Amino acid sequence: MYLIFMGDVTLTVDGKKVTAPAGTLLIEACKSAGIEVPSFCYYPNLSLQGACRMCLVKIEKMPKLQTACTTVISEGMIVTTDNDEVRQARKSMVELLLGNHPLDCPVCDAGGECELQDMTFSYGAAESKYIDAKNHKEEQQWSPVVYFDRPRCILCYRCVRVCGEGMDVWALGVQNRGVNSIIAPNQEDHLDCEECGMCIDICPVGALTSGAYRYKTRPWEMKHVGTTCTHCADGCKTTLGVRRCDTGMEIVRGDNRDKSGINGDFLCIKGRYAFDFAHHAERLTQPLIRKDGQLTPATWEEAFELIGKRFAEVREKHGGQAIGVVGSTRATNEEDYLLQKFARVVLGSNNIDHHRTADFPALAAALSGKPEMTASMRDVFNAPAMLLIGNNPTEQHPLLAWQIRNNVRLHRARLYVVNSQPIKLRRQAASSTQIPAGSEGKLAAFLAGDDSALDVLVGAGDSPAPDPSTSLSAGSRGCPSPHDWIALREKLRGEANLVIIFGSEICGNNIPSLVKFASAIPGAKVICLADYANSRGAADMGLYPDLLPGYHRVTDAGKFREEWGGVPEVRGLTLPEMVESAKAGDLKGFYVVGANPIGRFGVDPYAFSHSFVVVQDMFLTETAVMADVVLPAANAYEKSGTFTNTCGDLQLVKKAGEVTGSKSDFEMIVRIADAMGFDVRKLVPFGRTMHFDTGQSRGVQSGEADRHAVWLQAQGLEPKMSPFDPMAILDEIQRLVPGYDVSRINLLAGNDQHTTLAGSGPGALQNAELIVPAQDDLFSSGTLGRYSRTLNSVIENHHKEPAETDVAAD
Amino acid sequence: MASLVSHPDEVKVVSKRFGQGATSLDRYLELDGYKAVQKALGMQPDAIINEVKNSGLRGRGGAGFNTGMKWSFVPKQSPKPKYVLCNGDESEPGTCKDRLILQHDPHTVIEGVTIAGLSVGAHVGYIYIRGEYRYLSEIMHKAIKDAYARGFLGKNIFGSGYDFDVYWHGGAGAYEVGEESALMESLEGKRGIPRIRPPFPAVIGLWGGPTIINNVETLASVPHIIMGGADWYAGLGPPKNGGTRLFCLSGHLNRPGVYELPLGYNLRKMIYDVAGGIPNGRKLKAVVPGGSSTPVLTATETDVGMDFDSLAKAGSMLGSGGVVILDDATCMVKFAQRIMKFYQHESCGWCIPCREGTDWLKKTLTRFHAGGGIKKDIDNIQYLAENMLGRTFCPLGDAAAMPTISIVKKFRKEFEDHLEGRPCPYKEMGVVQESTVMAD
Repeated sequence: MYLIFMGDVTLTVDGKKVTAPAGTLLIEACKSAGIEVPSFCYYPNLSLQGACRMCLVKIEKMPKLQTACTTVISEGMIVTTDNDEVRQARKSMVELLLGNHPLDCPVCDAGGECELQDMTFSYGAAESKYIDAKNHKEEQQWSPVVYFDRPRCILCYRCVRVCGEGMDVWALGVQNRGVNSIIAPNQEDHLDCEECGMCIDICPVGALTSGAYRYKTRPWEMKHVGTTCTHCADGCKTTLGVRRCDTGMEIVRGDNRDKSGINGDFLCIKGRYAFDFAHHAERLTQPLIRKDGQLTPATWEEAFELIGKRFAEVREKHGGQAIGVVGSTRATNEEDYLLQKFARVVLGSNNIDHHRTADFPALAAALSGKPEMTASMRDVFNAPAMLLIGNNPTEQHPLLAWQIRNNVRLHRARLYVVNSQPIKLRRQAASSTQIPAGSEGKLAAFLAGDDSALDVLVGAGDSPAPDPSTSLSAGSRGCPSPHDWIALREKLRGEANLVIIFGSEICGNNIPSLVKFASAIPGAKVICLADYANSRGAADMGLYPDLLPGYHRVTDAGKFREEWGGVPEVRGLTLPEMVESAKAGDLKGFYVVGANPIGRFGVDPYAFSHSFVVVQDMFLTETAVMADVVLPAANAYEKSGTFTNTCGDLQLVKKAGEVTGSKSDFEMIVRIADAMGFDVRKLVPFGRTMHFDTGQSRGVQSGEADRHAVWLQAQGLEPKMSPFDPMAILDEIQRLVPGYDVSRINLLAGNDQHTTLAGSGPGALQNAELIVPAQDDLFSSGTLGRYSRTLNSVIENHHKEPAETDVAAD
Repeated sequence: MASLVSHPDEVKVVSKRFGQGATSLDRYLELDGYKAVQKALGMQPDAIINEVKNSGLRGRGGAGFNTGMKWSFVPKQSPKPKYVLCNGDESEPGTCKDRLILQHDPHTVIEGVTIAGLSVGAHVGYIYIRGEYRYLSEIMHKAIKDAYARGFLGKNIFGSGYDFDVYWHGGAGAYEVGEESALMESLEGKRGIPRIRPPFPAVIGLWGGPTIINNVETLASVPHIIMGGADWYAGLGPPKNGGTRLFCLSGHLNRPGVYELPLGYNLRKMIYDVAGGIPNGRKLKAVVPGGSSTPVLTATETDVGMDFDSLAKAGSMLGSGGVVILDDATCMVKFAQRIMKFYQHESCGWCIPCREGTDWLKKTLTRFHAGGGIKKDIDNIQYLAENMLGRTFCPLGDAAAMPTISIVKKFRKEFEDHLEGRPCPYKEMGVVQESTVMAD
């Protein structure tokens, strides 16, 4: 696994010449040649076990069969993976496993996607050799989301390893010995863990099952939709298992069975279970209009007519600047782009903002015109060195933490941590330094060469003592000395291809400092951490009062003016300014799409008592309850489009679920524009690229028409017949937003495409106070988390049994 | 504690200080103790290894690998500390020799460990003592303490400038830990589960350092080889099977006990002459030649020399020197069941074939012996054992499979006699089943 390249080795497997790098495991070399060697306990990137004995193969000159999972290939090795002896060995292993297995396949969650079933099928171990009673052990519940059906377990130890080695949680172990051996939590009878569910996902049989999914369906009754997670900003690919139900399409399972995503094997608790907000009982399923002070159910037509009429009135009487628009960090790029276009083109106002959790405009400004310097999520797994400033990825960016951790474990990458808290990732760090909270900016200045910043880094009296085990300078007491800091900077300057990851602690002028430092390191790249699924997308799409999509200034609209036929040049209102304007009675209309400013920022709800407020949301949030019209919105699992994760990786969002009575934000924005009397063709360029191809290239062969359609779509030429087709806006985004001109066919195939900030507009300096971190942890997720039964049950359970040490501290 | 036995044919090397109060350091010194280690301190490491290699000393734990050869695999240069481990996890049923060495002559073991350390440049040795041998830990504890007090251990041993520390460590009661890599796991404080090999302990062993690991009897033989010379020791046994061996003769014998005999000593002679034959006028039925994991020999197969190569030729193994004699009143089905009960209990559970295989074999044999057997069971027992053989993670699976296969093959008729609800026919003979042989 830990390879130093030593050239290639050629061996013979089943008569086939196979060449692979020296040090490769035989099982992997076989795989690369298309020869499958079965195994239960072997799992790529986890430590070797040699326990299940399924991968036994015949190697010439060896008297006994050998395990392919522990054998390193050697020159001239002659291997047979399939002969009578090998088949008999595997068959007998399966027979032995089935001996004590309960064979409750008809009711088992894993039935139909079980590796033990598949092996039984492959090796024909159909005859039962035993007449004695099976050993039985009772099922256990280890947490609200993890159940363990002990007799089903085949002891492959995958769960133990992924929890310890992969997650660095070490919640599982093996108890007893011999035939009584059993997987068990290290905390007696329950899990004290991050509830990621990796153990369930990696279980080859139905021993570990999910509290959210168990006994709900048979796997083959589900449709599987690969999409992007809607929780944090890391953008994990998740496969949603959906089934028809009486209110539409219900999501019953989230997993990572499509390992092609940027997350590979990984999903956290939110990605795996927290889709259940979609079916919360309080989900809105019809529009509400305030009548006599009460929000009253209404029809869609009534609602759109009312909104159109009122917004048009305000625009006519007071001008567009009398309406404020708030966009979403969880809507798709297409919706956010459409929303700002709606504000600027339909309302004629730059009054648009969103909940900012990172300073992307400053990053875009610092990187504009430079060679590509943003790292993708995949880069984090392969970087030789990483510098993490601020943030606590284990809690806020679980995938990023996984990438960092496993890069250190598997590639021996060096991790440098500078944080005001003793975050868990310090356990992987080559050097970990604690600094006073709020001094992260000074660190950026110091790294960029400003040695006067050292005073703050060194001199702070109330700084917590650094962790002696991993502190910057072993043996030093208290704060690191100036010498230590200079040594660290020199070390970092000597690292090639360093990836610098920073949280919202670094913003404003500190970002150019950090970029200056990075620019001097060959191949260095940066990642700026925001908090929500499409925070980066919302920023890229121009949900700013002073910035258009791609961080172009409203005062210099250029191609957008040409394309849209005019853009208001006056800088609009920020969210706090909208509140002030409303209080002053100047903001007559307030349009909130997928956001909750009242709940989030503690805004006085009466501030908007004189404004006409429209809210699109799934639930009656603190903002929705004071609205004049509430429109029930679909969530990201119920619509199509794209998300951009915090690194800038663009990914497809696919419709999986459906709740009758809701509409996508996209459709609602278009309907409102239409109700205002606006020509929606000018908003959504649908039909524009439509070709009538009368069959020159399609027809005679079966399947050709399909291929033709795929080609058209890949070229962006497919007919967009509907104004509600987000792909029509994606065309415009790819045309106008710098960095988004990525391969469409790769995007449609479900691959991540990294967008670059190198060509973005100049940005504009933002007020740092506008950045409000979400402060979500592993088990919370803004509004979505509040309505997730699973997340709430886990939080409740953790409160019931408080961990001995503070979660954040470990 | 059992009293010592003796016989004129014995060649006392390892056992020469038994019963002479050698646990006392002064007495041990009177009996030429700690001379070998002082001699070794004056030798080049390679010379020590060559001496041991040329003596033909082969591992007394069971596998019989040339000891000097094993030591020569330890790399000369190592960034990590090197270690010497003494494997005192003697647990093979029928084997009780290491316990006598630890009980009567603990300082020889310390001396052997130290010499092994000198040969590879290690500065730390561990003596791992089986958990059930708790009373021996006290003896070893005192011996180590006494050796430290005289400067035989610790800094600058015997004023040589060489530092060597020895610790003893008690097991927690697992046969599996007799396997060398499992022992290292246990010593490191983990579950006693074997490691994947390669790498072998000589390269990556305890705490990742190059490690010599040998059986108590093997290491106890080393000081005698250093003193007497390789040629003398090799000459005690047949070619390539140097020296003597402690044979643990147990079962249906008139004079059971531990006898030190040259390798290659005839098994029949051992039974009828050394151990005084079979009591109560009964006849010999079978012999377990080297601990319960070795294939059994029938009465007609006992004209064989007790050395590694001769027994291999006879289809069995010298193993750990535990020779168990079964007379003609023994039920071989019960015997197979009792052996399997042991392995089922001791399987660590790591790999499928051993964990599941020993359990099904035990279940089947127990039912079969109790009269619930069906015809298919006999083939099934053999099938199960044959499918474990050579396919488990460590040799414990083989240890369980080998005797089972040999019993079914050689005593199939006894299995057939038990069939179809008939009670064990040997019960009808009025034989007390739970005799001196491995009581439940």
